[in-house]
Amino acid sequence: MANLKTVTKKSKAQSMGMHTEVLTGRTQQKFFNPDEAENFYYFGTYDVDFNKRTDLDVKDMTAPEANKEIDNLMSQGYGTIVIKNPQGKHSLGVGILNKLNLIFEGSLGYFGMGSCDGPIVRINGRVGWSCAENLMAGKVVIEKNAGSCFGAAIRGGDLICKGSVGARTGIDMKGGTIIIGGDAGAFTGFMMQRGRIIILGDVGINLGDSMYDGTIFVGGEIGSYGSDAVDAELTKSDQDWLKRKLKVAEIGENFDVSKMKKIVAGKKLWNYDNLEPTEKKGAI
Amino acid sequence: MPKKKNKKAAKAKAKEVKGQLGKKKETAREKMIGQSIGYRYDVNLLPDYSKITPFLKKYIEAMGWDDLNWLEDVHMGYEEDRPAVFCRNANGWVTIPSSIKLPNNQQDRDMIARELLVKFQMSPKHPLVDLKKAYLKF
Repeated sequence: MANLKTVTKKSKAQSMGMHTEVLTGRTQQKFFNPDEAENFYYFGTYDVDFNKRTDLDVKDMTAPEANKEIDNLMSQGYGTIVIKNPQGKHSLGVGILNKLNLIFEGSLGYFGMGSCDGPIVRINGRVGWSCAENLMAGKVVIEKNAGSCFGAAIRGGDLICKGSVGARTGIDMKGGTIIIGGDAGAFTGFMMQRGRIIILGDVGINLGDSMYDGTIFVGGEIGSYGSDAVDAELTKSDQDWLKRKLKVAEIGENFDVSKMKKIVAGKKLWNYDNLEPTEKKGAI
Repeated sequence: MPKKKNKKAAKAKAKEVKGQLGKKKETAREKMIGQSIGYRYDVNLLPDYSKITPFLKKYIEAMGWDDLNWLEDVHMGYEEDRPAVFCRNANGWVTIPSSIKLPNNQQDRDMIARELLVKFQMSPKHPLVDLKKAYLKF
């Protein structure tokens, strides 16, 4: 349970009788043990070798069968798996919480590579809606175009599309980096809470609508700004980071990052506090 | 001479406050409601790779990544006025023991936070290990 701390020093709101406590902490509190060993992988995951490679033809498999077979191959120590004939199947490669080098020779359907934590993935084709949704860590590279909701709610890792993407890219993202080599659709960065989006091409209307925090970098034209999305100064640190990140993404190495636009939250929508409902009541 | 000493002391004090964890200038809104809005650190702070620790270098190499990857979003925050790092897997703050000396700048502290968080998450004592044992379906 979160801690409710009774404060003795009264703020203006408290003296007005609006609240008496300050909410601190989270649902639980843990203490770090300095004697922890140096482990690089989650407890209970497979010890795989990148040099141990195999192919998996999923032409006659359903998505759950294919995903179970990927898990089975990892349990045998295969660190590089090449998926043949994905044929646009939905939900392929989901829930991988392991170090892995995964290559798709073809295109994926909806929700490909969802909820992954750690793998390096290369898709030599296109992807449908919500690719790499809820990505926690790792790197996902799409060689061609991607559908809508690309990188929805990602929390970490690098998600790269060398082509163009649809609408609502990075919707509700809470961390990580999304890099687009081409153009992006409307409502890019919609309700993003943190993390970074880089678009080398043009972007559609309502960029960064209702963004709470995070940063969007745009190299081309912007259709229009969304609610509370504002321009910010591109710093030297931003430029250095952009150059390094584009190198990681294998795109735009010669792109002039100094001409990019930086968009952040204007923080006018930061009203998530105890006082807000009281104020709303007063307004009605 | 005493004047110089006072100036020095004032400068040192100012530096100390700037480097302290959990100390930030409150906005008018925050002062009014008596509550902090937003994150407990600058979420947009980009990492300074010159401060990277040997452990993190080894971790990146082991995972086959090119950079800090998800750890770019990890920063040292605070909980109950003590330095802490947020563990997204446990949905809680992991408090740093007072025996660990922390440097006086955010970039160095962030690298330490990243290292400690990796060790905490990969530990067999992490809270998710017990949950996994109890609820794992496949």
